[in-house]
Amino acid sequence: MPVVEKRQLLSAEEIGRTLSRLAHEIVENSGGAKDLALIGVRRRGVPLAERLAKQIRSSANVEVPVGTLDITLYRDDLSQVGSHPVVQSTQIDFPVDNRDLVIVDDVLYTGRTIRAAMNGLFDLGRPRRIQLCVLIDRGHRELPVEATFIGRKVQTSDTEIVEVRLREVDAEERVMLVDRVP
Amino acid sequence: MLLIKNGRVLDPATKTDAALDVLIDGDRISKVGSNIEASGAEILDARGLIVAPGFIDLHCHLREPGGEMSETIETGTKSAARGGFTAVCCMPNTQPVNDNAAVTRSIVERAAAVGAVRVWPIGAVSKSSKGESLAEISAMKAAGIVAVSDDGKPVATARLMRQVMDYCTPLGLPVIDHCEDPSLFAGGVMREGPHSLKLGLQGIPAASESICVGRDIEMALLTGARLHIAHMSANASLAYVRAAKRSGLRVTCEVTPHHFTLTDEDVRYDTSYKMNPPLASRADRDALVSGLADGSVDCIATDHAPHHTASKDVEFDRAPFGILGFETALALGLSELVHPGKLSLTRLVELFATGPARILGMERKLAAGEPADVTIFSADHEWTYRAADSPSKSRNTPFDGRTFRGAPMATVVAGRVVYLR
Amino acid sequence: MLRLSHLLGTENLSAEQVSFILDQAKPFQEFQRHPLKKLATLRGKTVAIAFFETSTRTRISFTTAASRLGADTMALQAESSSLKKGESLIDTVRTLEAMRPDGIVIRHASSGAPEFVAQRLEIPVLNAGDGTHEHPTQALLDALTIRDRKGALEGLNVTILGDILHSRVARSNIHLLSKFGVKITLCGPAMWAPRELEKLAPGIRVTHCLEEGVAGADVVMVLRVQTERINEPAIPPDEYIAQFQLTPARIKLAKPDALVMHPGPIVRGLEIDSAVADGPQSCVLEQVTNGLAIRMALLYHLLGGAPADAPHPAKDRSNASD
Repeated sequence: MPVVEKRQLLSAEEIGRTLSRLAHEIVENSGGAKDLALIGVRRRGVPLAERLAKQIRSSANVEVPVGTLDITLYRDDLSQVGSHPVVQSTQIDFPVDNRDLVIVDDVLYTGRTIRAAMNGLFDLGRPRRIQLCVLIDRGHRELPVEATFIGRKVQTSDTEIVEVRLREVDAEERVMLVDRVP
Repeated sequence: MLLIKNGRVLDPATKTDAALDVLIDGDRISKVGSNIEASGAEILDARGLIVAPGFIDLHCHLREPGGEMSETIETGTKSAARGGFTAVCCMPNTQPVNDNAAVTRSIVERAAAVGAVRVWPIGAVSKSSKGESLAEISAMKAAGIVAVSDDGKPVATARLMRQVMDYCTPLGLPVIDHCEDPSLFAGGVMREGPHSLKLGLQGIPAASESICVGRDIEMALLTGARLHIAHMSANASLAYVRAAKRSGLRVTCEVTPHHFTLTDEDVRYDTSYKMNPPLASRADRDALVSGLADGSVDCIATDHAPHHTASKDVEFDRAPFGILGFETALALGLSELVHPGKLSLTRLVELFATGPARILGMERKLAAGEPADVTIFSADHEWTYRAADSPSKSRNTPFDGRTFRGAPMATVVAGRVVYLR
Repeated sequence: MLRLSHLLGTENLSAEQVSFILDQAKPFQEFQRHPLKKLATLRGKTVAIAFFETSTRTRISFTTAASRLGADTMALQAESSSLKKGESLIDTVRTLEAMRPDGIVIRHASSGAPEFVAQRLEIPVLNAGDGTHEHPTQALLDALTIRDRKGALEGLNVTILGDILHSRVARSNIHLLSKFGVKITLCGPAMWAPRELEKLAPGIRVTHCLEEGVAGADVVMVLRVQTERINEPAIPPDEYIAQFQLTPARIKLAKPDALVMHPGPIVRGLEIDSAVADGPQSCVLEQVTNGLAIRMALLYHLLGGAPADAPHPAKDRSNASD
């Protein structure tokens, strides 16, 4: 799909600082990180969750487990998609019951991905609490979903796309706002 | 009067291959010569076409009486006429089986009333073709049969084969056998080989046919009878027949167009490729083609076996054996044998006319006084075979939609034009 | 993407397609460990389970797979052997069509029946075993089991032991494994392991001697044995046991870490000794679990949503997780 860049939202440095701040907020909010665990939503939520865990380890000296969650099987739009997308694995090596979970994703938009992620987590057990941490909240919610930990709130229009590039997945590290070329 | 003008007369019996006209008066040929003039005669312009003695199909199934859902004498003979055949020999596995004079007469009478071409019935060897006691063969002969067979099945035992051979020799009737060993055949649906293994379909080894051919030839040796091997499909069978001919036995054989065209590799799960004997290996097919060329094989016969669509539209295991044959026989002969240079046009006409006649103890030629049965065909006309256009009631053919170069153009039986393209 | 409208056999799958299916089975293997084994992924879809041959295990496996994906099932069971002449297959197909399922899983006694059905229906057809032709999901679950235990399929020595001639499981495994350069040995009595089987695919050898067949194998797949067959003289069971039963002594001829596999149901004391069937090398139960994962992965992909030209909503939802 051809796109044209409108403006940069976060530089590499800004991403780093934002994650640092989010890591602190998560630890504070959790009251000691007891039973805390991070769940990275595939694809880019995963490196973000891993970086947050690393930050928490070095600043608060607490080991917070990280799980990865693939939401493909929980999507609500499969019957409209051309053909079923490839399923990736979900890897959560710790029990979910009674945990204080923070779902980590790159962009919060309609909220449907997070609903699917919650369905996936409930299949595994009964967490004590689920909260959401996102790098960018771009508005336009279609479901009643809100994030507790937000990197940056951005006003966007429907034709715009927020592109997140992370070095673990892409060749570069930044967040841009782009527009679809008609 | 009918005058066939400007054609190339190709008659192996009289060793003729020349631009000649044929004049027909009533149901007989009155003259064959150059530039015949005949005022008042209907003209059939055979420019660019071959004019041959009327083709005879030694092996077909017309299904009447009893199987009229799949074909009748009327629809079958119309299809035969479209294929260029002037006479067909129908097998006795009808319901009831043609094992007595009454059934034979009913077939003959029906054919006289509605048949487009001549119908020469073949009577059963045994009562109901059960293989237990002889059928009323001499009575059937008087009613019009030209040979005997238990086709659909082999003659049940060597002893029965010997008995029927002895019985038929003074009657002048050839014994035609559908060669198969029941214990090797049992449950089989296609030729045994790498292909049947892959498809998971039960296979029938070639030996099923050749064992029975060998048995029949031994009985022919014992009795001196005339034996004709129906729809021969295996190289091993051909080897037995060649040896028998070399020893002077009166053994003849036929090959169907599908057996000199297709092989077991063509079988997938389409029941249009299911027949008995099944499509054989490439080596068999190639051997049969050589046999057709060198004279070891005496004639081509179609084994036209109509089955109405619903009965064939089932799983491969369940489908009845058999495919149509009349309308594609000549075209396949031309495309698989003549055009690639495997045999000559003259030899092809022998295989379709002169050969079958000799097996039945008669002659087929284009000469004054002979019956006016003429097959006129083109060796080049391009056309596409569409089963849906056939007068047959059935559609079970693997050749639907196939284009050919060469086709029957007109068929004359007893002086009447029964088919014109 | 799988790009397959039906799964009729393994013969016509590419090695890439096979690997894709095995890879896609992994999340579904993982799923079997969830406390709550129920997804809504195929909710609203119906899968017709049409079994024309009795089978409990495969039928239950497919039904459970569909059910765990959230689909509904429509069970159709009809006896259709050459002895019983029920409703014709084409009428059954038309009846099914009228009930509008989204996919059909079919097991039939006639080779070629699933292809027959696939040619006449617009919906995906999954072959659960046709005659002696193919049983593709069995071969796929076998391959998954082997790959999980051995790391990869390439270069392994796999021996298939028993009545190869009448086995659709053998054929599907032969077609699949040969795509990965597996050295396949087919071992059984001569009348059930004709030499012509060597032509089925590259890398096959046939032997009628059990010791030779099992020697050095990485995997021994034991097939079910039917000593009584229609149209054929029977082999006395004791003869079969003496020559071909997989016993503890005989399995020692294979590699020490060789896998023992069986498609089930096992007849203990006939084709395999109980000690081997229950022994440490046996993967029989894993095969069953993997069967569920494979069948879920296949149903998930084959019943995949709208026709190819449907608009991709990701174009409208520009930040769909990828």
